[in-house]
Amino acid sequence: MSLNEEVELLRKIPLFAKIEPSKLKLLAFTSERLTYQSGQRLFQQGDVGDAAYIIIDGEASVRIRTDGGEIQVAELGKGDVVGEIAILCDVPRTASVEATGKLITLRITKELFFRLISEFPQISIEIMRELAARLERTNVQLREALNR
Amino acid sequence: MESTIYRFILRYSKREQIILLVMTLISFPFLYYSLDLPKRIVNEALGAKGTTDFPITFLGIEFHQLEYLWTLSGLFLVLVFINGGFKYWINVYRGRLGERMLRRLRYELYTRILRFPIPHFRRVSQGEIIPMVTQEVEPLGGFIGDSISLPAFQGGTLITILFFMFMQDPILGAAAIALSPVQAYVIPKLQRRVNALGKQRVRTVRVLSDRIGETISGVQEIHANNMARLMLARFSAQLGVIYDIRFEIYQRKFVIKFLNNFIAQLTPFFFYAIGGYLVIMGELSLGALVAVLAAYKDLSAPWKELLNFYQQKEDARIKYEQVIDQFDLPEMMAQETLIAEPEAPQPLDGELRANNLGLIDDDGEVQFEGVAMTVPPGTHMALFGPGGAGNEALAMTIARLMHPTSGRITVGQADLHALPEAITGRRMGYVGPSTYVFSSTIRENLLLGVMHRPTGEARDDPAVRAALETAAQAANSTDDPGGPWVDPEAVGDGEGLVSRLVEDLMLVELDDDCYGLGLRGTIDPQARPQIAERILAARRSFAERLAEDPEMVDLVEPFAADRYNTNASLAENLLFGTPVGPAFQPDTIAAHPYVRRTLASVGLTDDLLKMGRDVAATMVELFADLPSDHEFFGQFSFISPDDLPEFQALLNRVERIGLEKVSEEDRARLLSLPFKLIPARHRLGMLDDGIQARVLEARVAFARDLPEELQGSVAFFSADAYNAAASLQDNILFGKIAYGQADSVARVGTVIGSVLDDLDLRPTVMEVGLDFEVGIAGARLSSVQRQKIGIARAMLRRPDILVLNDAVATFDAAAQRRLVANILQAMSGRTVIWSTQRPDIARLFPVISVMRGGRLAETGAPEDLDREGRVFHEIAARN
Repeated sequence: MSLNEEVELLRKIPLFAKIEPSKLKLLAFTSERLTYQSGQRLFQQGDVGDAAYIIIDGEASVRIRTDGGEIQVAELGKGDVVGEIAILCDVPRTASVEATGKLITLRITKELFFRLISEFPQISIEIMRELAARLERTNVQLREALNR
Repeated sequence: MESTIYRFILRYSKREQIILLVMTLISFPFLYYSLDLPKRIVNEALGAKGTTDFPITFLGIEFHQLEYLWTLSGLFLVLVFINGGFKYWINVYRGRLGERMLRRLRYELYTRILRFPIPHFRRVSQGEIIPMVTQEVEPLGGFIGDSISLPAFQGGTLITILFFMFMQDPILGAAAIALSPVQAYVIPKLQRRVNALGKQRVRTVRVLSDRIGETISGVQEIHANNMARLMLARFSAQLGVIYDIRFEIYQRKFVIKFLNNFIAQLTPFFFYAIGGYLVIMGELSLGALVAVLAAYKDLSAPWKELLNFYQQKEDARIKYEQVIDQFDLPEMMAQETLIAEPEAPQPLDGELRANNLGLIDDDGEVQFEGVAMTVPPGTHMALFGPGGAGNEALAMTIARLMHPTSGRITVGQADLHALPEAITGRRMGYVGPSTYVFSSTIRENLLLGVMHRPTGEARDDPAVRAALETAAQAANSTDDPGGPWVDPEAVGDGEGLVSRLVEDLMLVELDDDCYGLGLRGTIDPQARPQIAERILAARRSFAERLAEDPEMVDLVEPFAADRYNTNASLAENLLFGTPVGPAFQPDTIAAHPYVRRTLASVGLTDDLLKMGRDVAATMVELFADLPSDHEFFGQFSFISPDDLPEFQALLNRVERIGLEKVSEEDRARLLSLPFKLIPARHRLGMLDDGIQARVLEARVAFARDLPEELQGSVAFFSADAYNAAASLQDNILFGKIAYGQADSVARVGTVIGSVLDDLDLRPTVMEVGLDFEVGIAGARLSSVQRQKIGIARAMLRRPDILVLNDAVATFDAAAQRRLVANILQAMSGRTVIWSTQRPDIARLFPVISVMRGGRLAETGAPEDLDREGRVFHEIAARN
């Protein structure tokens, strides 16, 4: 996949939809594209966060350690962004992410990520939207768990 | 050492000086005749006196006037040759003598540095010592050669000429030396002040070099504390002092010169006035006056030389005395202790006893006192004490690096401090808190611990033999440093030595470091064909291993002669080899004429130019509005931020006049860009299949037509040949680690490791790592690695007694414990004395001796000492 194809793909992701192509190109060019085999982990819960990942192709599962062992809490697919919490809040990784099948990601370093946020308010808004949605999802799950 | 330079000269070169003197004396009659001859030519052959009747009888043969002139002139020519010959011989002899004596002096000074008592090094700095041995004594060599023969020769010449003058006319002779008494009185007086200044200059220059040395050693502090201005001001002040001294010397020297010149000019005045008068009066022949004038011209040369010599002599005297002053210390180690060989190897496996041992340092500070201890052979003892308790000084005293001021240490029957280093430095080992690592390979740094003396004949090479002979004449070392030194009895040789070294590395946990260094290292396949062969086997095995595993197969893209490697740059794809030397390095390859010809031959030039333009345009587009110090430039850009505006202008030019018409310089710049393109990494999609195919064509053409003189500039890849220019790892990979595969480097490393283990190659790789150059003072290693080398160095010879002084303090706690255990295990049955401030380290030993306030407080097993009321417990509780 060439840089231009990656740019096309990025444009389809809501987070980056409003960003001009040349910036997306810089984003794609300066981000490492990484291929994972099934079972390989993007990062481990508790690690220090240094990058966020955009899933270009394939699927991954988000897993959290509990007393009863590790459980899957979400599934990720093409176009999803993952790992941004740790770099936004400067906390250790809150979950592990593991490839389920062959997975291709674009790895955005912390530095570049902050640059994007500060330069493009649109991205901040999209991230807020995404985080709020996730919070809402979590609340629903929590409610369900409590009602059970 | 001899207290004055003349004593030194007489002691070591009497015979040579006498030979020089004799040769000088023999030369004088010829000199006299060469002075006398011109008079004869003028007076007799030319008949200036008008009295000569031809034919004349000379040496029993009859001559006519012309023949006589030719003969005398011929004779004059012969004398010129003879005089020149003497001068040449004497100069060469003198030069050799001077160099030999200088060599002897330097060697002696260096020997003395080795004999300095160790505490002395706290008072002298490198900056002072080094210039003394290097520059300050340099002029002494020249002077020593001159010291006797030059005054004899020049003085003799002077006297010969004066004698000749007096023979011609006593009055003229007297006139020539009339002013000499004045010179002889005034000049030394002036000179004395210059001498004093000279001494001062030597001292201030030493301070200057000391300052520079300090700056180099402390450069981190200077930058970290913004001390540069202060340092500059101090340095400037020191330069000012030197400036004043030098300028005053300069002025005074020229006063002396002026006086000399003036007097030398004054004398001819007497000649013309008095000599002219005598000629007119008919009391002196014109020929004689001409000869005297000629002789006087000759007189000024030796006179100048003598005065020069006088100044030189004073200079040399001062320099010698000042240097000797620094090297003649009262408590130096005896020469025998330093280098004498014992008649038979003498093990130190007896009981170590200290009796009433005490050490008071130069400042009168008591380091320790009244220490009595008995250490049976094979004891592993911790010498525990808080900072300043004296355990460090005691450890150094046991290791014989310090001399006790009272009491003594015996091992068996021998007084430890009376033994030569040839015994203590071989049977004992010492590792301090920060080991010095010499600028050499890791291997040599380890082996230094067993390179005590030549263990075989010097190399059988006429040049080496000649060099050693010359060394012997100057009383230098006659050991061949390039001969065998490693003691095979102590550590084995060949394979045995290698496995011993590897074992040693594992002991101090340097094996992984060495393995990593070895993978990055290179070998010469010609010199070590077996290793190259086995690495090739590893290459095959690695490739199979990867091919078998579908999850691994993408990790490395192997090199193939007929395929474009998308994880390699265009330059690498074109070369299909490793560049050697400057010709084809990544930054220069695009400009190389042969590369350009090759590109043209397959019609790639225009495509690459277009690609260069597109790359430049992309870079300008991506990076134009980033600040120039942005990290992305270093990480990602093909173009440095400084060059970006130029490329922008270049692109504008291309836009305006077209790619074909831009200047050659612009074309070269554009062409250099695509060479760095790596398709898998940069993903710019510019290197399409068509271009890749033509690069492969160019690859073939490049190798086929490579001119003779460029053959050595590239080591081509070949699937079944070892590449001498590439590292071991690259030879095993024979390809590129793929970009974009998660965790690829670590996974590839694991596979390489298991391949090497299967082939039992890990020790070999470690051994290659041993050839890693550690840099100046081991700067390319970490401090922990340096310290480990120090321990391994001392352990290599398995000493009877090993003394360690806070030797692992910089390691992390777990590593400290592991290393202590490793060392104690390897040293079982031998004595280990380990000075430490840490109670947890001390507890690892079966016996602890506790020091407090310079005294030995208690000794016992840790379980006995580690309870209420014991000193050890009390100190340990405080930590």
